[in-house]
Amino acid sequence: MDTMRCAADTPAPLGAAKDGASESAMLKDKIKVLKKLYPHARSVLLPALYAAQQLYGWLSEDALEEVSRLTGVSPAEVKGVVTFYSLFKTRPLGRNVIYLCTNVACLIMGADTLEDFLHNTYSLSNGETTADGRFSLVIMECIGACDKAPAMLVNDDCHFNISMDNIREILDNYK
Amino acid sequence: MKNVILRNIENPNSHRIEEYIKAGGYFAIEHAVNEMTPRDIIDDIKKSGLRGRGGAGFLTGTKWQFASLDPKFPKYIVCNADEGEPGTFKDRVILERNPHQLIEGMVIAAYALQSIRGYIYVRAEYPHVEKILNEAIKEAYDKGFLGNDIMSKHFRFNLSVHRGAGAYICGEETALINSLEGRRGEPRIKPPFPVNAGAWAKPTIVNNVETFANIPYIIETSPKAYSFLGTKDSPGTKLFCVSGAVNNPGVYELPLGTPLREIIYEHCGGIRGGRALKGVIPGGLSTSILTPDKIDCPMDFANLSKHGSMLGSGAIIVLDDTTCIVKIYERAMRFFEHESCGKCTPCREGTGWMRTILGRIEDGMADMEDLATLEDAALNVAGKTFCPLGEGAAHVLLSAMKHYRGEFEYHVKYKKCEVTDPSQRWGHLSMGELD
Ligand SMILES: Cc1cc2nc3c(=O)[nH]c(=O)nc-3n(C[C@H](O)[C@H](O)[C@H](O)COP(=O)(O)O)c2cc1C
Ligand code: SF4
Ligand code: FES
Repeated sequence: MDTMRCAADTPAPLGAAKDGASESAMLKDKIKVLKKLYPHARSVLLPALYAAQQLYGWLSEDALEEVSRLTGVSPAEVKGVVTFYSLFKTRPLGRNVIYLCTNVACLIMGADTLEDFLHNTYSLSNGETTADGRFSLVIMECIGACDKAPAMLVNDDCHFNISMDNIREILDNYK
Repeated sequence: MKNVILRNIENPNSHRIEEYIKAGGYFAIEHAVNEMTPRDIIDDIKKSGLRGRGGAGFLTGTKWQFASLDPKFPKYIVCNADEGEPGTFKDRVILERNPHQLIEGMVIAAYALQSIRGYIYVRAEYPHVEKILNEAIKEAYDKGFLGNDIMSKHFRFNLSVHRGAGAYICGEETALINSLEGRRGEPRIKPPFPVNAGAWAKPTIVNNVETFANIPYIIETSPKAYSFLGTKDSPGTKLFCVSGAVNNPGVYELPLGTPLREIIYEHCGGIRGGRALKGVIPGGLSTSILTPDKIDCPMDFANLSKHGSMLGSGAIIVLDDTTCIVKIYERAMRFFEHESCGKCTPCREGTGWMRTILGRIEDGMADMEDLATLEDAALNVAGKTFCPLGEGAAHVLLSAMKHYRGEFEYHVKYKKCEVTDPSQRWGHLSMGELD
């Protein structure tokens, strides 16, 4: 088993929004800085959505409206963009998100048995969250670790060479 | 073998700027800025014969020249680090271990095109890479290789990372540009080409990570020295990323034209468990499968197209005789269906139909008529799609059905898989049993 941890933007825990006003101000400042990276203001949309997602944990209707207001992109446009991409969270997910690759290189190394394991052990299917909110499962296309297949991300950590022998041990680290 | 792209890779700190400089890094940009005109650089890249490493193999020097001849300013330099083609993990090594070589390549491109702004479009599936790149970019700013007065030569180039959000189609360059502009990642009609009207309608070059990583070597040696590596039609070395049923999967830097047999049996130590080879997907999931009799095919642009496939991204997926071809292509079609951007009907609808029928065959619920319908559906998608994604989906299926027809028919006739003992598949064994 191999693991690669990444501290890069761990999302704020769900329900962390204590003080809506100060969060709004933070997002406003953040987007103001991000806008400087692009020659046209609307191009800030993807980074702005990420910033909102990091702040609020997921992108609610309210968050999308706020992003629309702060970027000047119309609400319909924002909706169109956010639904195009698969890694924006448009509904709350569990405390830990398992991104399991089942594409061909992982499939031939047994990713389908891991998918079955998650189903049998945690009643998890693609897109679902466990009742206790501990895990969500997102089935991925290739995540670029095919030489260490099967591979998955849990939150921002990469896990390689997963097998029936070690998957439980890996997931035990995520509470 | 000479390491061009993975130079200094044994050094555990190869990603740090001091180590890169110690290994001769950032010499090329100094040489370029002090001794060469922008035009000299474009000429040298053209002479080297370098072809893009993102899949299509377009001549890099020619692309740069087109953008340079367009009178519009500013011009943009964009690095395609979307690496979404299933089976591909070669840009990842450069991004993780040699980010400065990519940055140096981009700065040289900026000087050649008189560009002042660049972006590295990184897939969201590599969260750690964004962090490494941001650190490397900061180091390059601190040392004066990026910024508003690069090496005190009044040459300005600023660079930042733009994170994708999980859409394979954004690897296609015009979809990538839409995504960079903050839009849905749908491909644009060509022409106009990005070299004339790319990001924000300005001349833009989009190059793959590995393509940029080749540039410093060409400038610091010579186009001739570079074209010495590889073959006449496909000069240089290539990162081959090998996965599947081999003993030593991984990334190998080898000259273009290296025979497939040498890659699989020498560098990768042969097929796991001494099993028989069933087929090889040579350039990522969107390239057509090769049967074992093609094992001596030299891995370069010309020879792979001669064999009805493509070099693609250099992602070699090796299948042994325990693999069910129907299952592989059912999964592949699920990928294409999921990643279809929905802009054109043949791809949006066709990939779904093909996946449904493949699912029926795999589940033993299909009859012979389904096989004919499947083929018909694929033929109706091929040649009718807006971009190569849908086209590729149809093609790879048609070639699998042609070369492994018997296996598809067996599934239909006997309602089960021909692969004798599915419990022998690797995934069902624990890791200890593999050795
Ligand atoms: C569906 C599709 C996906 C693609 N994905 C990638 C990719 O992930 N990375 C990449 O460099 N090129 C990808 N390409 C190729 C790009 O469109 C473009 O040709 C390439 O970035 C040009 O760079 P190069 O000339 O250096 O190869 C893709 C093309 C298509 C049609
Ligand atoms: S072929 Fe598929 S991915 Fe390409 S434009 Fe059409 S629908 Fe989109
Ligand atoms: S197929 Fe799973 S990481 Fe590439």
